[in-house]
Amino acid sequence: MAGGVVQFVFAVTFVMALGCSIAMLFAPNAVHVALFLVGAQIALAVAFLLEGAQFDAIMQIIVYAGAIMVLFLFVIMLLGVDRREALVEPLRFQRSLAAGLGLLLAAALVYVGYRSVNLVVGGAGSGAIEAINRSPGNTQGIARVLFGTYELPFEATSVLLVVAIVGVMVLARRISGAQAREAARAEQEAAGREEEAA
Amino acid sequence: MAIPELAKGFRMVLRHVFRRKETVAYPEVRRQPFPRFKGRHVLDRHPDGLEKCIGCELCAGVCPADAIYVVGAANTPEHRFSPGERYAQIYQINYLRCIFCGLCVEACPTEALLMSTEYEISGDSRASLIYTKDQLIVDAPIRRHWPTRKELPPDFNITGGGLSFTEVERPPVPIPLPTEGVSGPFEGGWSGERDTASAFSDRGPRRED
Amino acid sequence: MTWAFVVIAIAKTIAAFVLLLGVTILLVWFERKVIADMQARIGPNRWGPFGLLQTLADGIKLFFKEGLRPRPADPWTFAIAPVAAMVPSLLAFAVVPFGHEVTIAGHRIFWTLTDLNIGILYFLAMGSLGVYGIVLAGWASGSKYPLLGGVRSSAQMISYEIALGLSIVPVIIASGSLSTVSIVAQQGGSIANVNAFNGIPVLETIAHWFRFLPNWYIWSQWPAFILFMIAGVAETNRAPFDLPEAESELIAGYHTEYSGIRFALFFLGEYVHMVVISAIGVTLWFGGWHGPVFWHGWGDWLWPFVWFMVKVTIFLYTFVWLRATLPRLRYDRLMWLGWKRLLPAALTWIVVTAVVNTPDIPRYYRFGVFGILFLMVIAWIGRGDPRLREAVVPQRHLGPRPITTSRGLDS
Repeated sequence: MAGGVVQFVFAVTFVMALGCSIAMLFAPNAVHVALFLVGAQIALAVAFLLEGAQFDAIMQIIVYAGAIMVLFLFVIMLLGVDRREALVEPLRFQRSLAAGLGLLLAAALVYVGYRSVNLVVGGAGSGAIEAINRSPGNTQGIARVLFGTYELPFEATSVLLVVAIVGVMVLARRISGAQAREAARAEQEAAGREEEAA
Repeated sequence: MAIPELAKGFRMVLRHVFRRKETVAYPEVRRQPFPRFKGRHVLDRHPDGLEKCIGCELCAGVCPADAIYVVGAANTPEHRFSPGERYAQIYQINYLRCIFCGLCVEACPTEALLMSTEYEISGDSRASLIYTKDQLIVDAPIRRHWPTRKELPPDFNITGGGLSFTEVERPPVPIPLPTEGVSGPFEGGWSGERDTASAFSDRGPRRED
Repeated sequence: MTWAFVVIAIAKTIAAFVLLLGVTILLVWFERKVIADMQARIGPNRWGPFGLLQTLADGIKLFFKEGLRPRPADPWTFAIAPVAAMVPSLLAFAVVPFGHEVTIAGHRIFWTLTDLNIGILYFLAMGSLGVYGIVLAGWASGSKYPLLGGVRSSAQMISYEIALGLSIVPVIIASGSLSTVSIVAQQGGSIANVNAFNGIPVLETIAHWFRFLPNWYIWSQWPAFILFMIAGVAETNRAPFDLPEAESELIAGYHTEYSGIRFALFFLGEYVHMVVISAIGVTLWFGGWHGPVFWHGWGDWLWPFVWFMVKVTIFLYTFVWLRATLPRLRYDRLMWLGWKRLLPAALTWIVVTAVVNTPDIPRYYRFGVFGILFLMVIAWIGRGDPRLREAVVPQRHLGPRPITTSRGLDS
C-alpha cells in the first residue's frame, strides 16, 4: 500500500514539474515565468523527499524557491516587466550557437538519463541514498560526506563564491567624492572646449 | 547604550495596562460636556417671549463655513416677533457645513444665538441636517449656565491660561425642554430682561424704546 | 494497524488545523484587547462576553464583502497571492510539538503532526516560502503602493530570514538535533541535571542553588533567543518591522488593493505566522510542553498542552507589547540592524556555542573562550556609534525623554 502511495505522489510531482517547466518556457510574462520555476522547484523538492533525501528537499526549497527566486522576483519588479524584449540579435551567431549548444545539452541529458535508468534497473546506483541515510540520519550523513569526503571541492566552491562577490563589489562600487568631482571637472572642461570650437 | 531607554519605554507601556481606562461606553454612558462646550445652536428669547434675533445676518456674514442662512423681515404691529424693527423670517443652520467655531455666537449683537452642549447631531439625509428656525428656537428663555466675566472671582486670571472649568461651582443646568411656554407675538412688558440676557455686559441687546 | 495509522494522522491534522485557526482567531481578539489595555482603552466589548466574538463578526463581514480587483491587476497572481501568504504559515505548524503524548485504545499518539528529523529546517523552508504571498500581492495589484510594499518585504524578509536561521543554529549545536521533538525532550527535568559545572567549587554551589529552574535552553542560549525574537518579529512583518504595510507611508502596503475574503486571508496569515513563530520560540528555548507537575497520574496528557499554550500566550503578549511600544524603523535602519548587527552577532554566538559545546576541548579553555567572546559581543553590541555620541548636544528636555531605539547613522 505504501508503495502505491509513493508512486502516486511521484506521478503527481512528475506531472507538476514537467507542466511547470513547459509552461515556464511559453509564459509571456517574466513574473509568471519565475512563478512556474518556483512550482517546478517545489515539485523537485517533493521528489527529493520521496527518494529519502530530506535535507536536499528542504535545501531545494530554502535556497532555490525561498531565496534565489525571491531575488529574481525582486529584480524583475525593480526593472519592470512591461518592457518589451528586443527581438533583434546583437550577436550574429548567437542563435545558431545556442541551437548547437542546446542540442549538445539535450544529448548529454539523454545519455545521463539512459545511464541512470540502466543503473536503477541494474540495482547498482540505488544504494547511495540508503548508505547516507543509514545512520545516524540523512543530515548527519550528508554532513559527513560534504565535510569529509568532498571537503576540498566544497571549500574551493565557497572560495569561488567569495571571489565572485568581491568582484561584484569592485564593479558596482560607487566612485568616491574626490574622484566624482575630478570626473565632473574633466567633463565640464571637455564641454567648454567643444563650445569654444563651435 | 540604548537598552535602559528601551526598558524605560517598555515599562511605561506596561504601566498603562493598570491605568484607569479612558473609554466611555458611549450609548449607555454619556459624558456630560463642559458647560461651554460648543454644540448645537439655539436661538434665545427674551423673558417676555419675544425672539432675541433681529435678523441682522451678522452671524451669516461671519460664518467661515457659510453654514447660516438668514432672511430678515420687518415686524409689524400685528405680527411682532422681536423687539426691534426686524426679525428673522427664515433662519437655517446647515450642520453638514458648520464647524462649531462659535464665531456666529461672538458676532450676535443681541445674544440671540447661543450654543448648547448637545453634540448628538446626526441624520440620514442632507435635508434633515439643515436645522430650521423652529428647531433652533427655544420656547422659553434659557439661563446662561456658565460664568460670565462678571461672575468669575475678581482674581481669576483668564489670560494666563488658567481658564479652567473646574472653577465653576454651579452644576450645569440643562436647556429646558419645549414646554407650553410663551411664544408668538408680543404680549407684555420688558422687565427683568438684563438679568439673564446681558452675559457680556457691555454688549447688551439693543432695545427700541 | 495501517488504517488506525491513517485515521490517527487525519485526526491529528484536523486537530492541529483547528487548534491553530482557533488560537489565531482568539489572538486577533487578544491583541486588540491587550493593545487597548496598553493605550488605556477598553477594546472590543460588544460581541459576546468580553467581545470574544468580535473576530467572528469581522470574519463574517469580510466574507460577505465584495472582493474587488483593480483592472491593471494580474488576475491569477492576484488570486494566488493571499493563499500563498497563508499556507506556508499553516504548514510550518506541522513540526511543532504542542503536547507530549496520549494513549487512546492502545495507540500512543504524540501531539505533533510529524517528527521530521529536519524539523527546524522545514520550519525555515516554510518561512522562506512565506515571502511569496507578499511579494506577489505587491506586484499583482498593479498599483504603486503595493509594489513598494512588495519590494520592501522581499528585501526585508530575505535579510531577516538569514538572521532567523542563524539564531536557531546555536540551539541546534547545543542539542545536536534538528528534530523539534528531540530538542524538547532534551529540555526536560531540572537544571540540576546539567553537569557543566561539576567539580568547580564555587560554580558548582551556585548551580546547586538554581536547581529549581527547569533545564531550558533559555539559560544558556538567551543571546540566540534575543536574535530570534527580533528576526521573528521582522519575519511576521509586525511593528516595529511593519514596513511592507506601513500605513503612514504606503496606505496598507502590499494588501492595499485587497478586500473581502482575500484580505482576510492576508490578515489571518500574519496572525498564524505570529503563532507559529511563538510556538517555535517556545519549543527551542522554553522547553516546549515541559512544565511543573502538580498531580502525578491525573491529567498527565493535558498538562503539557496547557503549559505549551501558556508559554505561547506569553510570547504573543510580548508581540503585542512590542507593537504598542516601538515606532516603525526607517528602511535603511532596518537593513543596518539586520545585516550589520544581527548577522555578525548571530555568527559570533554560533562560534561561541560551537567552542563551548565541543567536548574534546578542556573545560577551562572552553569557559575562557566563552567568557572572552561573550564580553566582546556585549561590548560590541552596546558600543553605539561614536559619531552620533559626539553629535548629541546635551539639552534639558521639557517633556518625557524621547526613547532611542538604536544609535548610529547608516555607514
